[in-house]
Amino acid sequence: MRIEDFGFEMEALPAAMPVWHAEVDPAQWISAAQQVRSHGGRLVALWGADQSDRGRALEVHLALTARTGLLWLTLPISAPDAGAEFPDVAAIFPPADRMQRAAFDLLGVRATNAADYRQWLRHAAWPANTFPLRKSVSARTMFGKARDDYPFVPVTGDGVHEIPVGPVHAGIIEPGHFRFSVVGERVLRLEERLGYKHKGIEKRFEALSLAEGARLAGRVSGDSTVAYAWAYAMAAESAAAVTPPARACWLRALLLERERIANHLGDLGYIGNDAGVAFALAQCSRLKEDVLRLNQSWTGHRYAMDAIVPGGVACNLEPQVAQTMREKNSALAGEVRQIKGIFDDHPGLQDRLIGTGRVLPELADRLGLCGLAGRASGAAWDLRVQFPCTPYDQLDVHVATHRNGDAAARTIVRFEEVLESLELCSAMLDRMPAGELRMEMPMPRDGSVGIGWVEGWRGEVMIALEAGPEGTLRRVHPHDPSWQNWPLLEHAVIGNIVPDFPLINKSFNLSYSGVDL
Amino acid sequence: MYRILKKITSTGIVTEPPPAPDEALRTVQQRLSEAVLQAFGRALTIRHVDPGSCNGCELEIHAMNNPYYNLEGLGIRFVASPRHADMLLVTGPVSRHMETALRRTYDAVPEPKLVVAIGDCGCTGGIFGESYASCGRVANVIPVDVAVPGCPPTPLAIMSGILTAIKLRVPA
Repeated sequence: MRIEDFGFEMEALPAAMPVWHAEVDPAQWISAAQQVRSHGGRLVALWGADQSDRGRALEVHLALTARTGLLWLTLPISAPDAGAEFPDVAAIFPPADRMQRAAFDLLGVRATNAADYRQWLRHAAWPANTFPLRKSVSARTMFGKARDDYPFVPVTGDGVHEIPVGPVHAGIIEPGHFRFSVVGERVLRLEERLGYKHKGIEKRFEALSLAEGARLAGRVSGDSTVAYAWAYAMAAESAAAVTPPARACWLRALLLERERIANHLGDLGYIGNDAGVAFALAQCSRLKEDVLRLNQSWTGHRYAMDAIVPGGVACNLEPQVAQTMREKNSALAGEVRQIKGIFDDHPGLQDRLIGTGRVLPELADRLGLCGLAGRASGAAWDLRVQFPCTPYDQLDVHVATHRNGDAAARTIVRFEEVLESLELCSAMLDRMPAGELRMEMPMPRDGSVGIGWVEGWRGEVMIALEAGPEGTLRRVHPHDPSWQNWPLLEHAVIGNIVPDFPLINKSFNLSYSGVDL
Repeated sequence: MYRILKKITSTGIVTEPPPAPDEALRTVQQRLSEAVLQAFGRALTIRHVDPGSCNGCELEIHAMNNPYYNLEGLGIRFVASPRHADMLLVTGPVSRHMETALRRTYDAVPEPKLVVAIGDCGCTGGIFGESYASCGRVANVIPVDVAVPGCPPTPLAIMSGILTAIKLRVPA
């Protein structure tokens, strides 16, 4: 699919990977979405923006994967009232459903003839006819408690009963509500209700400077702080049309791979633990701690928060830390192989994992499952390979894929990705270019836009940014891959037994904070 | 089984000494009697509540249970129900959508009870502050005994906060 095929003008944005931006009308909006879908493309994100204070209109934005890169469409909506509508894309890309509902809750832009008009991010903190992301609404406005009566889809029949779980869960996890409809032990339907953690991140960005925004971006979803900080830095650099120094890009990738290793190790431990193998948790959490401690001696922070800044990175990798990292990496690879061998040969563990929480490749493709869960369901898609930025364009990334789509497949993909990331880290340590760590960031022009897109450990993190005057932020939309993957969890548990839900949930390990915003 | 046992033996015991309590983390005077604290000190149960964090503090709370910190080795463990808990460990700013759930969880913990707020957001509201969607710090919603700053605070800092709340000095 060549870019000309869409039949409208596009602008190539200065970015770390190919990004095409276009302002479209409703007909072009729909035809482009259909065309991308028919060529096997996916929806990355959908969000709204308010430009009415600039005498323009409300806008809806759509980011899609085309063969030539990321396609970013902007659709202006002329009627700046609650009736503002845009053509529904959820019929083409099902994951758009919750994103469209969130866009309505925050900005009052409504998808025409959508299948579901229930609120998504709005609970009781603000009333139905108020849209907090509108420029006319102050972030400090405290609304009275509205009523929150969310209409769950009822399941009826002989012997069907409901199990409501959350928002406060029984473990050390984020809050959300799960409504199970079951017969005996078997799950007929799961319906998720998220949005409990909505803390106004997007509105908060608009009160920050471009430099301060980096800190907030690194706290959208704490376990993916490197991925978010890098995506934000990319977006800011794209808006300012600058390229950061090569060494900074290599160090960012090294941090990102270490974040992937640490999170996968943690998940592998908990997957084992949830299936009754406490040994796995003890060993994997010990290995994860080793990774975190080395991050601490490198960046001064166990998760490398705030190590990536617009224009480069905040701290260098000293030769002695690099040497320690080389040694620890090869020891870690050996230990991970040992533990993988124990997982593979453990009949009790495999019995719990194989066939549990299955998402078949056909369904994964239709519903747009992405990231590591997507790769465990046959989607050979990894941003580091598809649209590699520096340094991935100079590295040979092997994508881990599996077709079974069950908890076992997601476990195997994690093991393979840990080992692959360790290989990549070694390659990066050997070939790390010398040079500057960061450049002076010029102030982006008022109204200039940029996008950052990073393959985090969970999947693709995307940040879209519009700069305001004098180094301020007009609009920032962070997108977590969990938007795509949460609906698939509802499918994965169908027909499984309730006690397997924690295991299935852990095998996905999706973010709440990243989607509640 | 042989490989599991071999791995356990070759790993050995990696647990490090626990941190000391730090009275500077205390936000209110100790409300509980010496006798209650004596009992808590031997077996404390904690219910964690996340009413709006970025999930960063949760990573460090998990880390307290890894073999290096081995929180359970001190007789301190996490429980699934507030009704079984002596202490609430609360992270993040409190989102307005979680305000009611946090109050209800607090009410469900039987007296005598303690609350430890975790992280810069739990202490002050942090970078999210107070807004249409966020109530800010934990103390804006429920009473807090000890507050542990940090973004996120290290496992040792969180352990120190927990030990401060129960005035427990563990022999090294």
